[in-house]
Amino acid sequence: MSNNENLRRIAVDPVTRVEGHGKITLLLDEANHVREARFHIVEFRGFEKFIQGRPYWEVPYFVQRLCGICPVSHHLAAAKAVDQLVGVDELTPTSTKLRKLLHFGQTLQSHALHFFHLSSPDLLFGFGSNLKHRNIVGVIEDYPELALKGVKLRKYGQQVIEVIAGKRIHGAATVPGGMNKSLTIEERDRLLGDIDDILAWAQDAVTLNEKIHSEHAENHGFGRLNSNYLSMVGGKGELELYHGGLRASRPDGAQIFDQFDYRGYFNIIREEVRSWSYMKFPYLTELGRDDGWYRVGPLARVNNCDFISTPLAEAARKSFVAFGNGGFVHDTLAYHWARMIELLHSAESIRDLLLDPEILGTDLVVKGEKREEGIGVIEAPRGTLFHHYKVNEDGTIKKANLIVSTTSNNQAMNESVRSVANEYLDGNEITEGLLNHLEVAIRAYDPCLSCATHALGKMPLEIELIDAAGGMVDRIEKASNGAITRTL
Amino acid sequence: MITIDGTEVPFEAGQTIMDAALAADIYIPHLCHKPGLSPHGSCKLCTVDVDGRAVSACTLPAAEGQKIENNTPALNEVRKTITQMLFVEGNHLCPSCEKSGDCTLQAVGYHLGMLDGHFPQFYPRRAVDASHPTLMLDRDRCIMCELCVRASREIDGKDVFAISGRGTGRQLIVNSATGKLADSDIETDDLAAHICPVGAILIKDHGYEVPIGRRTFDLHSVAETDLEEIILKKTVHHDQDDESVEKEGGMYSA
Repeated sequence: MSNNENLRRIAVDPVTRVEGHGKITLLLDEANHVREARFHIVEFRGFEKFIQGRPYWEVPYFVQRLCGICPVSHHLAAAKAVDQLVGVDELTPTSTKLRKLLHFGQTLQSHALHFFHLSSPDLLFGFGSNLKHRNIVGVIEDYPELALKGVKLRKYGQQVIEVIAGKRIHGAATVPGGMNKSLTIEERDRLLGDIDDILAWAQDAVTLNEKIHSEHAENHGFGRLNSNYLSMVGGKGELELYHGGLRASRPDGAQIFDQFDYRGYFNIIREEVRSWSYMKFPYLTELGRDDGWYRVGPLARVNNCDFISTPLAEAARKSFVAFGNGGFVHDTLAYHWARMIELLHSAESIRDLLLDPEILGTDLVVKGEKREEGIGVIEAPRGTLFHHYKVNEDGTIKKANLIVSTTSNNQAMNESVRSVANEYLDGNEITEGLLNHLEVAIRAYDPCLSCATHALGKMPLEIELIDAAGGMVDRIEKASNGAITRTL
Repeated sequence: MITIDGTEVPFEAGQTIMDAALAADIYIPHLCHKPGLSPHGSCKLCTVDVDGRAVSACTLPAAEGQKIENNTPALNEVRKTITQMLFVEGNHLCPSCEKSGDCTLQAVGYHLGMLDGHFPQFYPRRAVDASHPTLMLDRDRCIMCELCVRASREIDGKDVFAISGRGTGRQLIVNSATGKLADSDIETDDLAAHICPVGAILIKDHGYEVPIGRRTFDLHSVAETDLEEIILKKTVHHDQDDESVEKEGGMYSA
């Protein structure tokens, strides 16, 4: 961390269209260069603590409340850990497929929400365009057909979740060693009825993102980071979201490790705590604290994998790779493009799973001998998600450790914010333009911070600029409706 | 004959108003009452108006000519307030509770149109007892109805549970040398282990096995549900072993 004695401080607070509350402080030197950016997480959640003493079978239901956007990911990561707690290493084929189907439904709806509802306004209207129009309502007005597709894609993903978990959000699907409900023929056929439209719209979303990214040269360098990447891959190196080994790569594509059994994750990842944020800073042990930070999520996964198992998404991936001239694409805004490639892969996989006769099976639960420790890892929409539990002999949780996706991207978000701030900060004034650009950078990674934090926070509505001597030179208040007033 | 909300209802000597109402398929909201166990009168949800006096239907004997008001907006408003107090006095986390959908307290809350806790939460500190190999005590959810106390004493022929303490320090205690469930006489098949209307007494290693949409109160409102049947069904569920999980459409078809 840099010495901040002679730095001035600019705080941007809060960040909008990011679920959960963030705050940005820019530490300036006397020449007005951003020396350090701190993307603060001011909420504290405390799930790891208050899950202690609760019975293990409750865990997937407790932790899914971490998030309203990706509850299924937490539910499934915890369920995978709980399977191990009851001594089950492999589920029945039907249960595995039901869980994958559930997870693809989750990825589809979350990716659709992330792009269409939360990020497309920036990309379609421009980062500095009128705030009152730069939102999903504006998209509906100007691009009604596109907006409708986005809404319907998300709805379809939620319908997949609903038939398996009983509810669109915070349902009930898993039990230790399996699932609680099989899929009926009617449910399958209802989902299959809409799949052709979903596939077509997902393909359109990829095409649109490819166009947005490749045709706007100014987007390429925006918050770009030549980073390491971490993701799960399948046994053949394919894109894998539910179960596989871990692969980490350097910016040039050289692998740091591959097919690593995630049950030993603590040997390859450490977490650093910094006083100014409730979000930890994980790093790859092998590369050390300073150089070991990495990115996770769609960009990491599409960069890291050797291929995608479904044909349309694989074709889209090849275009993506071609854009990177065969190497990794490091553009931060390419997260959205990679996200839509995964959206397409999810739609194709949902179709394939629905057409698989085994999805209708009724053999749902496997039993085993209880164990004291379970580790579940999954590729959540925003990246690799780790759930680790130890239980007491009486079945209550002794210890829990969660590394959520956004936590892994913590350092990367700070780095992107610093890069964007250096480009757009003009003198001593916090401009709306600066604020907008910083938010766009954060939203590329994550519209959602609620899961990643460790304290229930306040939501101060202010932006401050403080000079090297500690005096306030600018102050802006931002109302929840986006209206900005200067209050110095 | 007595009349409940204008309907004439027959009764036999010795029956309470609650007994007569249940026999006539008239629902009077209740949590601590259970046919076959001695009346308790502690939850006060069954408060009715008998000839202008507010009384507990589960403890007052039916008497010729009583004019009883039951399902009135005013009484249901009072019942809702009582239910809200029951919620805030404990730590009821419905979102993660395995009893959600099967919980009578939750069902009564829905029945009475309860939308929030209204009162500030008490956040009492109560210990979990997971010492028993097959049963677990989560005192956070206990509403002090004493159904388990009476079931253990009157049906199981044991004396496993009691309520101890006063005010906010009141809680369920276990009759054993250590105070732990593991050292008590309770067995998995005891009625006391299955009678809890909330999630305070749980069968270990089970939960969430009935899919949403097929849980007790997904299928029937609390007013429609015969409590006796629920208990029998639950007992059967937990006695069933591994074969049951492969039934068509889920682990336990409703």
